[in-house]
Amino acid sequence: MAGRTLSVSTFTGISAAALVVALILAALLAVISRAEWGGGLTAADWAAIRFTMWQAALSALISVLLAIPVARALARRHFRGRQVLVTLLGAPFILPVIVAVLGLLAVFGRSGWVNGLLGWLGLPEVSIYGLQGVVLAHVFFNLPLATRLLLQGWQTIPAERFRLAAQVGLTPGAMFRVIEIPLLRQIVPGVTALIFVICLTSFAVALTLGGGPRATTVELAIYQAFRFDFDLGRAALLSVMQLVIAGSAAVAALWILPEAGFGSGQDRPVQRWDARSGLPKALDIVLIGLASGFLLLPLWAVVLRGFVGLLQMPDTVWVAAGQSLMVAAGSILLLLVIALSMAGWIATRARGSVEAIGLLGLSASPLMIGTGWFILINPVLDPALLSLPVTALVNALMALPFALRILVPRLRDTVQDFGRLSQTLGVRGRWLWRWVLLPRMAPQIGFAAGLTGALSVGDLGVIALFADLERATLPLQMYRLMGAYRMEAAAGAALLLLAMALAIFWLCDRGGRHLAGT
Amino acid sequence: MLALEKGLIVQGDFRLEAEMRLEPGRRYAVIGPSGAGKSTLLAALCGFLPLARGRLTWEGRDITDAAPGERPMTMLFQDNNLFPHLTVTQNVGLGVRPDMRLSAEDRARVASALERVGLTKHADKRPGALSGGQQSRAALARVLVQGRPLVLLDEPFAALGPALRNEMLDLVQALVSETGASLVMVTHAPDDVRRIAQEVIYVADGRAESPVPAADLLDNPPPALREYLG
Repeated sequence: MAGRTLSVSTFTGISAAALVVALILAALLAVISRAEWGGGLTAADWAAIRFTMWQAALSALISVLLAIPVARALARRHFRGRQVLVTLLGAPFILPVIVAVLGLLAVFGRSGWVNGLLGWLGLPEVSIYGLQGVVLAHVFFNLPLATRLLLQGWQTIPAERFRLAAQVGLTPGAMFRVIEIPLLRQIVPGVTALIFVICLTSFAVALTLGGGPRATTVELAIYQAFRFDFDLGRAALLSVMQLVIAGSAAVAALWILPEAGFGSGQDRPVQRWDARSGLPKALDIVLIGLASGFLLLPLWAVVLRGFVGLLQMPDTVWVAAGQSLMVAAGSILLLLVIALSMAGWIATRARGSVEAIGLLGLSASPLMIGTGWFILINPVLDPALLSLPVTALVNALMALPFALRILVPRLRDTVQDFGRLSQTLGVRGRWLWRWVLLPRMAPQIGFAAGLTGALSVGDLGVIALFADLERATLPLQMYRLMGAYRMEAAAGAALLLLAMALAIFWLCDRGGRHLAGT
Repeated sequence: MLALEKGLIVQGDFRLEAEMRLEPGRRYAVIGPSGAGKSTLLAALCGFLPLARGRLTWEGRDITDAAPGERPMTMLFQDNNLFPHLTVTQNVGLGVRPDMRLSAEDRARVASALERVGLTKHADKRPGALSGGQQSRAALARVLVQGRPLVLLDEPFAALGPALRNEMLDLVQALVSETGASLVMVTHAPDDVRRIAQEVIYVADGRAESPVPAADLLDNPPPALREYLG
């Protein structure tokens, strides 16, 4: 029999969870009711489904294959700046997709640095549009994620193993077979599956670098059916398809999905005695250099061009920036209310509930929810009027699984450590939050709020469905500038957006830690 | 008087039967082998574990299902007796009012409790800045302002050195005799029993025995206890 545990926010927690499920289910019912099943799927729809799966598979495979040697190099080398580099590997998570795309265009685009070099060498130029561009951008975002997850795995190998390996004098090749292959066999499937699922629902990358009959994802097809043809029936049908694909992939992958850790702690390299000779060492240095270059050059390009572009930005950019800030603030607020109530409920229950909710967040695509709510709102009200609130809400829902993974373990520990003391004192309800839970969780709340704010301010998804000319967020305004070939102004907006995303994250994260007095 | 009638505590495969009456102003030691259920007994008295059977009354009033904060007792645990993010004053203040809305009178009570345990100088520090002994004093100051008729100790001083532990036990003894509270303390040490307890609750083999006078029991222990004491 379980002991009498502290009840933190059971009722509000269940209500919040029910609200989340209702919001997603309402959207789902709306798209199902509007979907035009009669015509079935066209050849173009099938092409979109095939392309979605193919690009996601390629992105996942390439990200993981490249991440393996990089993670190994990071795991076995000590050098100055290693800590910074490992921290930077987490940065793509809060980096607005459209900013990264602009940076990738500056490096790999038609008049980019790489093509400049190729032209100088007399080689034919490469195109960043289409499949290769979509995969390139997905690798840019997911190589760091895969590297982090693999690095975490590498650090679970006990130091004693390496000591033993050094004593019997294993060669690097034997070391790989005996110690590292078994480890990779454990982690690689989960990491690949995670990236595959993430890439299935990616929208902004396909919007900017894909398109056309050969490079349209389902998510992009929803947007096009919606925006260009205003064919709600077809958009709805595609949304159902998207949910089936992403949902079944997420369900199939659930049992191998890794626990995506966010902590930056315990990434101290273990002492190793292998791979000390020149060749492996040189190889590791080259690998780490290449990976850092791949990550940092596009960002550097954004900063360089952005400074020039800042002066050429039209006023609409500043208006959009203001609206983006409001959306981000709204998302943070909504997220904290929902996530904290849900965490309060989940943390006092047996384990296992978090995964189900994370699954919901992974498989429900933002555009599906957006399409559904558009269908619900449209008969009553001009959806454009609600574009910003709906964007804030959908962004909060997208951040929810991550926020829960950050908040629940800390809350669980707090209840474990201080639940009885609080009960003895009769500290309950809002006083429990005020005096015990919020102060104990301040760093995690700040971190979750920072992630949500940065994700929300940089999100280019639902807003593209709902917005009209007056109501646009900064990422959408930037996309419009790119579409109008005003690249300098777009670069300025990109720098502004990058600064905003980083500032929001930094302020929230620092604020939380400051409140906790650490 | 706190009375546990025909009590049964079940935790997984573990079962503990208990029957006892605790008189006001007495000091009880709970002794018995490791894993016999001493902490479990205290947790059940305090309301952290529900009784599978039986009845708990305080001065004739049934409190079997009362929430821990609504029982006439307070407990010091083995650890986590203070909130690390609050100052000593705030920690003690929570014992006066769980919503921390302290009147001037409440504040004076907190200050005098801190003075009583000798922590006035450390009132604005957080527990992390205090030594182990000072942390124990802060927790005792909180127990003092809570003013509950029963104080339960689940080995809160186990991590302290012998001299400091005796000092704390003496302080506890002084405090409960000032407030007239009953004391129920888990211990492993016969010396603690002689030092502080008037009666002993012996817990072994799935039973918590009714309290018996400490001196009698220690001078003339039953075979099982003799074996345990060595």
